[in-house]
Amino acid sequence: MQEEKDILDEVTTGDYKYGFVTDIDTEIIPIGLNEDVVRLISSKKNEPQWLLDFRLKAFRYWVTLPMPEWAHLQIPEIDYQSISYYAAPRKKEGPKSLDEVDPELLKTFDKLGISLVEQMALSGMAVDAVMDSVSVKTTFKEKLAEMGVIFCSFSEAVHDYPDLVQKYLASVVPYRDNFYAALNSAVFSDGSFVYIPKGVRCPMELSTYFRINAANTGQFERTLIVADDDAYVSYLEGCTAPMRDENQLHAAIVEIIAHDRAEIKYSTVQNWYPGDKDGKGGIYNFVTKRGICKGDSSKISWTQVETGSAVTWKYPSCILQGDNSVGEFYSVAVTNNHQQADTGTKMIHLGKNTKSTIVSKGISAGFSQNSYRGLVRITKNAENARNHSQCDSLLLSDKCGAHTFPYMEINNETAIVEHEATTSKISEDQIFYCNQRGISTEDAVGLIVNGYAKEVMNKLPMEFAVEAQKLLAISLEGSVG
Amino acid sequence: MKRRKFNLMLEIKNLHANVNGKEILRGINLTVRPGEVHAIMGPNGSGKSTLSSVLAGNPVFEVTEGEVTFEGKNLLDLAPEERSCEGIFLSFQYPVEIPGVSMVNFMRTAINEHRKYKKQEPISASDFLKLMREKREVVELDNKLASRSVNEGFSGGEKKRNEIFQMAMLEPKLAILDETDSGLDIDALRIVANGVNKLKSEHNATLVITHYQRLLDYIKPEFVHVLYKGKIVKSAGPELALELEEKGYDWIKKELGE
Ligand SMILES: Nc1ncnc2c1ncn2[C@@H]1O[C@H](COP(=O)(O)OP(=O)(O)O)[C@@H](O)[C@H]1O
Ligand SMILES: [Mg+2]
Repeated sequence: MQEEKDILDEVTTGDYKYGFVTDIDTEIIPIGLNEDVVRLISSKKNEPQWLLDFRLKAFRYWVTLPMPEWAHLQIPEIDYQSISYYAAPRKKEGPKSLDEVDPELLKTFDKLGISLVEQMALSGMAVDAVMDSVSVKTTFKEKLAEMGVIFCSFSEAVHDYPDLVQKYLASVVPYRDNFYAALNSAVFSDGSFVYIPKGVRCPMELSTYFRINAANTGQFERTLIVADDDAYVSYLEGCTAPMRDENQLHAAIVEIIAHDRAEIKYSTVQNWYPGDKDGKGGIYNFVTKRGICKGDSSKISWTQVETGSAVTWKYPSCILQGDNSVGEFYSVAVTNNHQQADTGTKMIHLGKNTKSTIVSKGISAGFSQNSYRGLVRITKNAENARNHSQCDSLLLSDKCGAHTFPYMEINNETAIVEHEATTSKISEDQIFYCNQRGISTEDAVGLIVNGYAKEVMNKLPMEFAVEAQKLLAISLEGSVG
Repeated sequence: MKRRKFNLMLEIKNLHANVNGKEILRGINLTVRPGEVHAIMGPNGSGKSTLSSVLAGNPVFEVTEGEVTFEGKNLLDLAPEERSCEGIFLSFQYPVEIPGVSMVNFMRTAINEHRKYKKQEPISASDFLKLMREKREVVELDNKLASRSVNEGFSGGEKKRNEIFQMAMLEPKLAILDETDSGLDIDALRIVANGVNKLKSEHNATLVITHYQRLLDYIKPEFVHVLYKGKIVKSAGPELALELEEKGYDWIKKELGE
């Protein structure tokens, strides 16, 4: 019996297969953060004055803030002076074509399954790859440009499309939003910029791959996506990092804006290094993601598969400002070993007939803590708002925790808000039933977990659904049996 | 008792097993040869399901003594999934529901694991669907059920039928049917029993655990054993089942001096 108990208790990590370090010439500025560092980052990037001013305002605000208090997270105090705020693969001259990109870098992305060359040639997907602080290469740019679609690194956008950037930057996440938003606004390095003009359906998935390589660095990217009237885009973000004993900080901001009848699908497969099985190392992932359905009948859909990071703190949110606008949040968050995740969403209903859907699937194993935290706010003028929330937790051990914190603020009586929550365990009987049919315990867990998460996985772009399924199984490898 | 063949399939010697420190099986001896059908009967709680679980390798039960060989291999050394791939199939008394896992996905995984074990390539999608269709007919399993999650929302009878469907898919050498007849109405019983009979051959064997003669009218055993308090206390031919049907178990208890 004891042995049988152990089957569902025993937890080890499956090896983190993205944990290699690329040996590449990297420029890293000294650790520490002050106004001079902010100026240095800005000058390295050759930024216009308005952007430096923005960074400085954010920095001056940030220094006044106390460390945030953590609800369900236990994090040792982070020393912000021991981090380097800028690391970049050293450029010979900015690469103009793939032939000029450092071959070591290309190899890195190859290993990650992101072959830039292949991407370009085959899959019909545009990829922007960000290594440490700098965007390495954006593929398919020319083809997209023909349709007026802008997909480039944030730094390029600052130079090539300053009006657009200035118009939308910090319009959804002001630098005063929270501690990490202020920090990011002061020191953000690079990221992706997307603009889809009126009436254009972006013909391919746009994808950014983030990779932290250098040690003792933080990664602070900034993504800005704008879909003009009647535009559509599907965007995917993937992340990995090398295995390191010390914790690394990742504090990103994503802002998305959907105008009249525009639709933006934003999918994330987050697999930052989660730390080893004793909880040593791993990425601290503090991300502010927010979209605004600015226009009538616009739609923003967040889908996330979160398997990595030692600590995850993120609440991709939708502000439903336009009448008849729609917000969706589909999430699978897996925690194993000593990982901690506090994730969820906020749906802020401002417009009439606005609708939001929340599907959250938590999977906890080992000693991990997995919390869903969600806010549904129906404001006074949001006539006929609808929300449906479904929050499920699946437990794989007796020592892990799953928590659900649904907050509701309803200020209009025409609202219909529904919340359902379930908690289940994978039972030993289910595992044995699978075993009896020839299926190993690990494969059985993979089957059950993927079955449980199906509703969310189905929302991912096809090309990534299979990858994400494998990732789920790998993240839980060894957590049973 | 006349034995058709001399090669052994399953040989259980002096098998003892515990659950939570309590001894349930207390010295079982049983030999099964290819082509044979054995019925195991006995009052509730005597250890019939425990015996099938132990043979299938359920880790809840701890084997404390004895040996089990299956086709010359030490069965007790094998993991449950290996036993399955070696050809042991258990039709569960209480099949469990696995929400979210479709029957199709479940069966394809199972079939491919069996094929991998035999060093064969995974089955192609079209061959698999053909196989599903063919085997579904054996137990007249509705296509709708086959496209649902494993056992989820199935009625008692549908679950049992689904067990025999899986057996048909996996073509085991030794099938253990643990009260597959309970909860079935007459029609379902006939369908399930016909299904089992269609799969029978001189190469495979069946252990039928049941309380009722009505199943044995269809699946005709050569041997009938009575399991009582963790031991096989009586073995005979098919006439024993009829006698038990008529007289119950009291006379056996009396014979044992209880
Ligand atoms: N998982 C278990 N935990 C504790 N006792 C069990 C368990 N499984 C079976 N038993 C006990 O073992 C004995 C035999 O049960 P079982 O093998 O199911 O009998 P049968 O199938 O002949 O009705 C019963 O006393 C039952 O309560
Ligand atoms: Mg029983």
